[in-house]
Amino acid sequence: MKRVYVKEEWCLGCHLCEYNCAFANSGQKDMITALKGKPIYPRIHVEGDEKITYAVSCRHCTDPMCIKSCIAGAISKVDGVVKVDQNKCVGCLTCVLVCPYGALAPSESGIMQKCELCLENTCGSPACVKGCPNRAIVYEER
Amino acid sequence: MKRGNAMEKYVIIGNGVAAAACIEGIRSVDSEGSITVVSQEKHHVYCRPLISYLLEGKTDKERMLYRPADFYEKNGCSVLYGKTAVKIDKDAKKVSLDDGQVIDYTKLCVATGSSPFVPPFTGLDTVEKKCSFMTLDDADTLAAAVNSESKVLIVGAGLIGLKCAEGIQDRVGSITVCDLADRVLSSILDAQSAGLVQSHLESKGVSFLLSDSVERFDVNKAYMKSGKEVDFDVLVLAIGVRANIGLVKDAGGETNRGIVINDNMQTSLADIYAVGDCAEGNDISFGQRRVLALLPNAYFQGQCAGVNMAGGEKVFDKAIPMNSIGFFGFHMMTAGSSFKPEDGGQVYEEIDEKHIKKLFYRNDTLTGFMLVGETCRAGIYTAMIREKTPLSSVNFDMLKETPTSAAFSQETRRKMFGGVV
Repeated sequence: MKRVYVKEEWCLGCHLCEYNCAFANSGQKDMITALKGKPIYPRIHVEGDEKITYAVSCRHCTDPMCIKSCIAGAISKVDGVVKVDQNKCVGCLTCVLVCPYGALAPSESGIMQKCELCLENTCGSPACVKGCPNRAIVYEER
Repeated sequence: MKRGNAMEKYVIIGNGVAAAACIEGIRSVDSEGSITVVSQEKHHVYCRPLISYLLEGKTDKERMLYRPADFYEKNGCSVLYGKTAVKIDKDAKKVSLDDGQVIDYTKLCVATGSSPFVPPFTGLDTVEKKCSFMTLDDADTLAAAVNSESKVLIVGAGLIGLKCAEGIQDRVGSITVCDLADRVLSSILDAQSAGLVQSHLESKGVSFLLSDSVERFDVNKAYMKSGKEVDFDVLVLAIGVRANIGLVKDAGGETNRGIVINDNMQTSLADIYAVGDCAEGNDISFGQRRVLALLPNAYFQGQCAGVNMAGGEKVFDKAIPMNSIGFFGFHMMTAGSSFKPEDGGQVYEEIDEKHIKKLFYRNDTLTGFMLVGETCRAGIYTAMIREKTPLSSVNFDMLKETPTSAAFSQETRRKMFGGVV
């Protein structure tokens, strides 16, 4: 299946992926109305130090620890995509405790949200990839 | 590769998360053998740790089902609800139930969980409204017993007692929690971290009586060892739990605090496996067997047992204690073990008014951590404990500051974020 991969040597550390992610998942039509002056809760985040930066989002693991560890039975895999059912999640953060990639963070409300590859929002394919100015994030089969 | 073996008769005693995982493990290998689940509770598998969230109104009985309503049907399981297994005949390979029914098995999984431990308090029988807080039925009992005026006494300041307090806080008049220990959450937190959590709970209106225990009850009053008296309308007993080991012990299997299992989840008895809160497997962070009564562990063990029961080959040799828990929006995470300085244990600490971070390490590996108030990306630490990542292979100084994969080698990161994992 196609997943999001990063090339850290190409990452500029501009954080645009975070804004594009937050906008794509905001359900709004205008980026300024959606994001201006508000704290953002993207499902991808840039990590690194003064030498290297790279974007981290869900790896959609073959055998995900988060699914097995979820105390609410809220995480499942549908056609290879690891999804969280926000209606079932209670925000215990056990998935954050077990994700070896540090890829998960809760939404503003405390309930979990995660990268679901933008397949079900208006973007249709990962917004972080579409908007990356240096093609440091790609969406492909490997 | 899936195969089918219609000759197999899988029996699972218990119907919690470990049992559901066992079913999924079996069906990942064998789509044909029959699966019978003996369920003491008259409920479809539900998320036990969610009973406090149910009382809090953050979930409901439908949403807290662990798997969809058609789970058993889709997996070809027959569930015997409201039945209790009373005996295992390991030689004849039969399980006897409390209604006299006897069922044959070829492979048996014991997932009997644990029961509340209640010491023989004087006068406990005079208390009218009392319950434990382990099951959905307990939650229903408690919800029916309390009203907005109720004074609730919770005996036990552990995970169960405190989640109960959070769950009912908005429904009752007052809550007092007592514990023999000198601090809250004594099984996972040290005094410093516990103090921070306790003050947060106190700011939400929960009162504590620590280093104190109930000497006797008299109807609606608890007489404490300290001489204090506590008036209450409803009593919750959350002192501790005991693994349900009786069936395997009586059948001659090796038991300790829990049913002793190996890394394949096998007990000492042929074709009998044990998983979840009743089992005692290896805690690799401590290097010793322990009952690790945690939901993730129940799943990992259950699935591993299921695969092996069905003729597959799976080991689960990465078990560590780990908890992610929050009270009124204040989160903490702990994992692994800590060792005393005389045993070579070292600790890195960051402490301020709102957060505590402690990283425990020894012999070039991270052995445990305690994070209170700030828990971002803690899974990176957890994975290092689980995988025994050599600290000399990472930038540990950077990791002390914050859990980040930037502290790993570029090659490791290339695999993590550039490959299929």
